[in-house]
Amino acid sequence: MKWIGLIAVIFTGGLLLSAMDDFPNWGDAHSPANSSPVSQYYIEQTMTDSGVPNMVTAVLADYRGYDTMFETVVVLIAGIAIMAILRVAKQVPGGAKPTPAHEVGDQHDIIIGTTCRLLIPVLQLFALYVIAHGHHSPGGGFQGGVILGASFILAAIAKGLDPALQRLPEKRYVKLAFVGVVIYVSFGVACLILGENFLDYGVLHELLPTMSAEEARSHSMLGVEIGVAFTVSMIMFAIYANLASKGELEGGL
Amino acid sequence: MIWQFDILILIFLVVTAVISLQVKDLLAASMVFGTYSFLICLLWAGMGAVDVAFTEATVGAGISAVILIATVYNTRRDSSD
Repeated sequence: MKWIGLIAVIFTGGLLLSAMDDFPNWGDAHSPANSSPVSQYYIEQTMTDSGVPNMVTAVLADYRGYDTMFETVVVLIAGIAIMAILRVAKQVPGGAKPTPAHEVGDQHDIIIGTTCRLLIPVLQLFALYVIAHGHHSPGGGFQGGVILGASFILAAIAKGLDPALQRLPEKRYVKLAFVGVVIYVSFGVACLILGENFLDYGVLHELLPTMSAEEARSHSMLGVEIGVAFTVSMIMFAIYANLASKGELEGGL
Repeated sequence: MIWQFDILILIFLVVTAVISLQVKDLLAASMVFGTYSFLICLLWAGMGAVDVAFTEATVGAGISAVILIATVYNTRRDSSD
C-alpha cells in the first residue's frame, strides 16, 4: 500500500514541477494577474475611491466585501460545527470519569501565571491596534481577531480553562460570535436602506454630514473589520475550549 | 528577495516537513509543524505579501499549533505508524 502511495506522490510531484514552467516570473509586470484591467483599476483608483493606503484591505473589505462577509460566516459555521460535534453535557459526578491520556499536573505555575498576566494586556492592545490600523498597514479583522482569540487561549492555558470560562462563558462567546456577523451585515443593510447597492459604503456619508464619501468608505472598512474580529476571536476561543476539554468545558489542559 | 536567504528558508522548509512527518511523538510533530508555518510566513514576507504573511504567522504558526496540541493532549501522543 505504501508503494502505491509513493508512486502517486512522485507522479503528482512531477506533474506539479513540470507545470511550474508555465508560471509567470515573480514580480512580472506582464503576468495575467498584473496586466488585467481589474487590477489596474484597483492600483490606480484605491486612493481616490476610499483614501485607504493598504490596497489589500481595500479589495478585501470594500471591492470584494461580499466575499469577506461570507468568509466570516464560514468561520462562524465552522465554529458551530465543531461545537455541535464536540460539545457534550457535563458528566455526572457519580460516573467514572475517564482519565486523560497524559497527566500534566493540575497545579498552575506562579511564574507562568504572572508572566501571562503581564503579557496578555499587551497582546490584546496589539490585537486592537492591528484591527484598528488594518486599512493603513498590514493587518485587519482576521489577523487581529486571531491575536485577540490567542490572548484568551493564553489565559486559558496559563490559569486553567475554568477561570477563563468564568470571564468568557459559553453563552457570551457564542453571542459575541453572532454579533460580529450582524455588525458586518448591518453595514450592508444600511447601504440598502439609503438606496444604494448592498455593501456600497460610499452612500453612508449621508448619515454623518461632515463626512465625505471617501471617508465613509474608509470608516466603513474599519467597521466591518471590527465585525470580522468579533467573530474570529470568539470562534478561535470556542474551538480551543471545546477541543481542550473534550467538549465538557471543564478541566482541560 | 535575497536568494541566499530564500535557499536557506527552502532547505529548512523541506527539513521541517520531513521531520513533522517522520517523528513518532505527535506533540513534537505539532511543534515542528508550527515552525514550518513560520518559515512559510518568512517566504511570504520576503515576496512582499505582508498581509498573507501576517495571517500565516497568526493562524498557521499560532492558533493551529495550539489546536493541534490540544487535540494531541486528548488523544494519543505516540504515532501508530
